[in-house]
Amino acid sequence: MAKLRPEDLEKISQKMRKMTILREGTNRARITVHMGTCGIAAGARKIMAAILTLIEERNTRDVVAISSGCAGLCSREPMMTVELKGEAPVKYVDLTEKKVQEIFTQHVMNGNLVVKYALAIGSERVS
Amino acid sequence: MAKHRMHLMLCAGTGCVSNKSLKIREALEKELKKHKLEEEILTVMTGCNGFCAQGPIMVVHPDEIFYQMLTEKDIPHLVEEHFLKGRPVKKLMYTPPKEEAPVPKMSDIGFFKEQRLVALRNRGLIDPEKIDEYIARDGYSALARVLTSMTPGEIIKEIKDSGLRGRGGAGFPTGKKWEFAAEAEGEEKYIICNADEGDPGAFMDRSIVESDPHSVLEGISIGARAIGAQHGYIYIRSEYPIAVKRMRKAIKQAREYGLLGEDILGTGFDFEISVHQGAGAFVCGEETSLIASLEGRPPEPRIRPPFPAQSGLWGKPTNINNVETWANVPEIINRGASWYSQLGTDTSKGTKVFSLVGKVKNTGLVEVPMGITFRKIIYDIGGGILEDKKFKAVQTGGPSGGCIPEELLDLPIDYERLIEVGSIMGSGGMIVMDEDTCMVDVARYFVDFLRGESCGKCTSCREGLESMYQILTGICEGKGTEGDVELLQELGSAIKDGSMCALGGTAANPVLSTIRYFEDEYWSHIREQKCSAGVCKELIRYSVDREECTGCLRCVKNCPSSAISGQKKEPVNLDQEKCIKCGICFEVCKFKAIVIE
Repeated sequence: MAKLRPEDLEKISQKMRKMTILREGTNRARITVHMGTCGIAAGARKIMAAILTLIEERNTRDVVAISSGCAGLCSREPMMTVELKGEAPVKYVDLTEKKVQEIFTQHVMNGNLVVKYALAIGSERVS
Repeated sequence: MAKHRMHLMLCAGTGCVSNKSLKIREALEKELKKHKLEEEILTVMTGCNGFCAQGPIMVVHPDEIFYQMLTEKDIPHLVEEHFLKGRPVKKLMYTPPKEEAPVPKMSDIGFFKEQRLVALRNRGLIDPEKIDEYIARDGYSALARVLTSMTPGEIIKEIKDSGLRGRGGAGFPTGKKWEFAAEAEGEEKYIICNADEGDPGAFMDRSIVESDPHSVLEGISIGARAIGAQHGYIYIRSEYPIAVKRMRKAIKQAREYGLLGEDILGTGFDFEISVHQGAGAFVCGEETSLIASLEGRPPEPRIRPPFPAQSGLWGKPTNINNVETWANVPEIINRGASWYSQLGTDTSKGTKVFSLVGKVKNTGLVEVPMGITFRKIIYDIGGGILEDKKFKAVQTGGPSGGCIPEELLDLPIDYERLIEVGSIMGSGGMIVMDEDTCMVDVARYFVDFLRGESCGKCTSCREGLESMYQILTGICEGKGTEGDVELLQELGSAIKDGSMCALGGTAANPVLSTIRYFEDEYWSHIREQKCSAGVCKELIRYSVDREECTGCLRCVKNCPSSAISGQKKEPVNLDQEKCIKCGICFEVCKFKAIVIE
């Protein structure tokens, strides 16, 4: 292994932080893929894989992907919820890998809601 | 796919490993594979998390979901529910004492909430066996900084300004110690890391080495630059196999990266570190004994001066600091002396790691700012006394520390205040005792430990501790006489004044402090032949409360000496002649019908 120079430390740190950012709780965007049995049957795992690939490709450091249970609207699976810091969550339905790419670019990266795929804004009321 | 969506931080500290966390890892890997999640979810083995009472522990990121007391059979359910379907499993989460709903997030748990991590900054957050993970948390950036842009004098000034004091026990200002070694004559100098943690019940140094070995290496390297040392030794107990293994691995990785060895980071600075395994004698924690042991001689302390800074290892100028002290150093360089000195009290800056053990609900490792009160540590972090019994005393500073009573629970903890009340900071042991503890017996226990560990060089320590032990045993057996307490006090000050090293210098603390705060207990043992806590066997007897006894015969079945007899549904009889006072009947009785007199 090559001996390090002071500037190499920063490079290693940058590279590693992409991975360890997950542990720090300072995320700008959270993408929740609904992975109940219904979601998984409808292809939610492919959606998750696509999101993880996008995060990797676009080199984003502040987006996390998490899995969650069934959102209740099983007929519209696969579903995901995009939540930007300080904004209301948005639910997207009937997803395909292609739609996910579009939503990732438009909404997650640029902050513009993709109306045509969106189901609703906000969360359910929990009493 | 290189990016993982979830990191499972599974504790692999000694505590959790003993609770089978390695089996949990096997089970996790198997289940993740079964669900084809192994590329999406990363399992990371971390160092000690600190909350050892609840092990094995796993923290799931993102969201910091805290799982505890995991068993292998929990894993299939957990993987499917949470890691695949995203439904955190409540029954595996932690429920703090007194509360009902499980608390999922780590930052919501009282045990973690009140802590302030400096020396333990990376615990549970990194894989200690991967140097890149340490570097990702700004690791080695402090070393790079001191090597490229600070003079040795500036490093020493920074450490002096921070107010950091030795965390091994004595609390000597670290910067000043470095300055002495830096100013000492001679080209050849040594630096030593004291990882010979010997206090029973104390495990902060082990935990730091296990969870973040590179922070110690970086600290030592910075110290070496400051004093001009070319070689460092880490003196670590053989009883700490995981710590030894991780430290060796860390040294190897640092060498490969050119962070140890010749021309470190291309700056022309040469420095090497080797690990020396000690055989586990308490006295080796004393610096001159440790140096003797490193040189291959019997570990006996010697008179100081000359201090190791003038004449240490092989007669050369040597600086020696403890693990926790070293782990603080990189963070002080990175964040500055003024940041560090904001934490703590007038005389004691920064944080201190305590191992909180004994009769407290949450046992484990806690790092808190100096100046925090005992009450906060024991009740807010520790969750209070086990079984909600009454607090009696807390012993700080290891076997030669003192016992602090209830009326001092609101004492802000720092070096000076602990000495004022007859105890010491020591390396940070904190043993909580409840109402069922006999303070005379406690004093005897620690004196017994110390008389075994005394190296025997100084008569006062060797013979004095032996005499103290005999007197204390006499008191516990009801053979105490008037004058014993005064004799113990006199012996105590003789041992303190006549011993060369800190072992003897502090050995009388457990006796003197228990006399100071619990003198009544000594007198009731001596004059009334009574042990109010019901501990000293010779002074107590078990008997049956015939009103309460239901005749369930549980005690009859469990008594090992057949001292209890009786018929079903009738009060039992206890034969005092046969009773060996083991206390089993007392433990097993569900009706509180066995009483201690």
